[in-house]
Amino acid sequence: MSWLLVAPIMLPIIVAILVFLVREKGGWGRWLSVVGCVLHLAVSIALLLEVWKQGVIAAQMGGWPAPFGITLVADLFGAVMVLIAAITGLAVAVYALADIDRRRELLGYHALFQCLLTGVCGAFLTGDLFNLYVWFEVMVIASFGLLVLGGDKEQLDGGVKYVTLNLISTVLFLAAIGMLYGVTGTLNMADLHTAVGEVENQGVVVMIAVLFMIAFGIKSAVFPLFFWLPAAYHTPPVAVSAVFAGLLTKVGVYALIRVFTLIFTQDVDYTHGILLAVAAFTMLTGVLGAAAQTEFRKILSFHIISQIGYMVLGLALYTPLALIGAVFYLVHHIIVKANLFLVSGVARRMTGSESLSLSGGLYAASPLLAILFFIPAFSLAGFPPLSGFWAKYLLVKASLDVGHYVIAAVALVTGILTVFSMTKIWAAVFWKPHPETNGSGLVRLPRQEWLSLVLPIGFLAGLTLIIGFFPEPFYVFAERAANQLLDPSAYVAAVTGADS
Amino acid sequence: MNSLILNAATRILVALMLLFSVFMLLRGHNEPGGGFIGGLVAAIGLTLYAIGHGTREARRALRADPRAIAMVGLALAILAAVLAVIGGDPFFTGQWLFIGGGEGEKGLPISSVLLFDIGVYLVVIGSVLAIVFALEDEV
Repeated sequence: MSWLLVAPIMLPIIVAILVFLVREKGGWGRWLSVVGCVLHLAVSIALLLEVWKQGVIAAQMGGWPAPFGITLVADLFGAVMVLIAAITGLAVAVYALADIDRRRELLGYHALFQCLLTGVCGAFLTGDLFNLYVWFEVMVIASFGLLVLGGDKEQLDGGVKYVTLNLISTVLFLAAIGMLYGVTGTLNMADLHTAVGEVENQGVVVMIAVLFMIAFGIKSAVFPLFFWLPAAYHTPPVAVSAVFAGLLTKVGVYALIRVFTLIFTQDVDYTHGILLAVAAFTMLTGVLGAAAQTEFRKILSFHIISQIGYMVLGLALYTPLALIGAVFYLVHHIIVKANLFLVSGVARRMTGSESLSLSGGLYAASPLLAILFFIPAFSLAGFPPLSGFWAKYLLVKASLDVGHYVIAAVALVTGILTVFSMTKIWAAVFWKPHPETNGSGLVRLPRQEWLSLVLPIGFLAGLTLIIGFFPEPFYVFAERAANQLLDPSAYVAAVTGADS
Repeated sequence: MNSLILNAATRILVALMLLFSVFMLLRGHNEPGGGFIGGLVAAIGLTLYAIGHGTREARRALRADPRAIAMVGLALAILAAVLAVIGGDPFFTGQWLFIGGGEGEKGLPISSVLLFDIGVYLVVIGSVLAIVFALEDEV
């Protein structure tokens, strides 16, 4: 059992080593990266099936029992996040076949990409707060490398902001871990679940909880800590920013959900009350910021922020339905967001610009691409019957159920404004004729390049459609995952009782 | 930098520090030391050499690309963790081999823990030198 838990973390790191060592041997590296991602997807599916059948599974590294050793643990929420990371990883690895130039390949793009996947999966599977910090570091350092790889001036500018803010977040995270260890004497999350309640001075616990909230808040780009994200995400190659957009901030959201369902649930009115306000402001500022932008990827970057608000909303309401919504939203959102970034890359290649005013005519040049944009874009906005509709429906219903009418209204207004942004892109990039060539002379991509760019987009759009048309099994799944989050007794039992 | 004193001193210092780093590495299992410290000491020695003789000379003396050294180290560390499968143990469990051990004799203990430490040693040397060389190249 322990091997199934270890595999999603160890596989990418092994692939990273191999890919780095063969990076000078022509195309070997990029194909190895794709093969690694296929295997990664396979083990992630196996892990999810195992968790679905057996319930929460845990493993102690080196046989040192919890809470002393390092624990890996997978509940349904963690396992599904690993699966989504693997799906995104595979899509981006295929896309990178055409998108990453030789120079960046030689500098080690594929190795850093695999290291990033390692860090992300490690963060989803660890059962120990300090270990979570280590995986954050692995992930963040790989992302620093990816962000500045190739060293364009614009990239370095975005990179500096990204690095600074992430270092602040990391320091806060570490300080919070230190204090938590000081008052409880343990960092094993299952152990903390009980230990935190036994601390005499509950005021200190709440203070530490807020520190964690700020640290993870910076990582997940919530209001008012989001400004690094739009500054950085539009600068690197699309194959980098797509995986950032899909996965990185969502690891922050994952950590928020994990910590504020498993550990800090003593003073829910206070901590989750803050989160509720944060969620509302995040949704609104993100979507309003997007309305002011005129570049494809900048608009999408601001929409990441507003969408994070929805997920935090699910956590903040802290009812079973709201958590189901949050899990559902995360799964739907990662697929959709990564896909939109991938589309923006193809659009730039064909129209020659990311600026809305300088591009156009894509619908005439490629109706297929237009449809493949339409699906994730309107799913993001929450059009029925696409996946985003069900996710938003669950969250709005959850807020109405507990009488938070204002927040439900904010969520709906944000949805409408998202439609506005998406139609803006649709009208400017796809519908209107190209300003220079009058729609006739858009760049035609060579067949092989076209295939490796559009296949992953089609794959992710297909997933969005499946979730949209058959939401029932996904709902049942999210329900079970949310129940495990709300009642962590199975999680705690698996960790403290596991010996293999 | 071209300093005769530094040049003359590094010739001895580098050898001593590399030797000391191996000592630190092997000592690490039961006493203070280990792969990380040992790797740092070795990296400092080679950095000294790079400052004294220039990065080109230092790269030549190192023979391999420092980033490749780090990657090989990482591979060794993972191998050490994966070796646990042979004993059917949980991931990362230390595997021990007692060479020449018998009745009442413990023999020479060789373990996957040491392999892991050697991996860490190489990762530290490789990554520190990759950074140092890159910075020195610029100057």
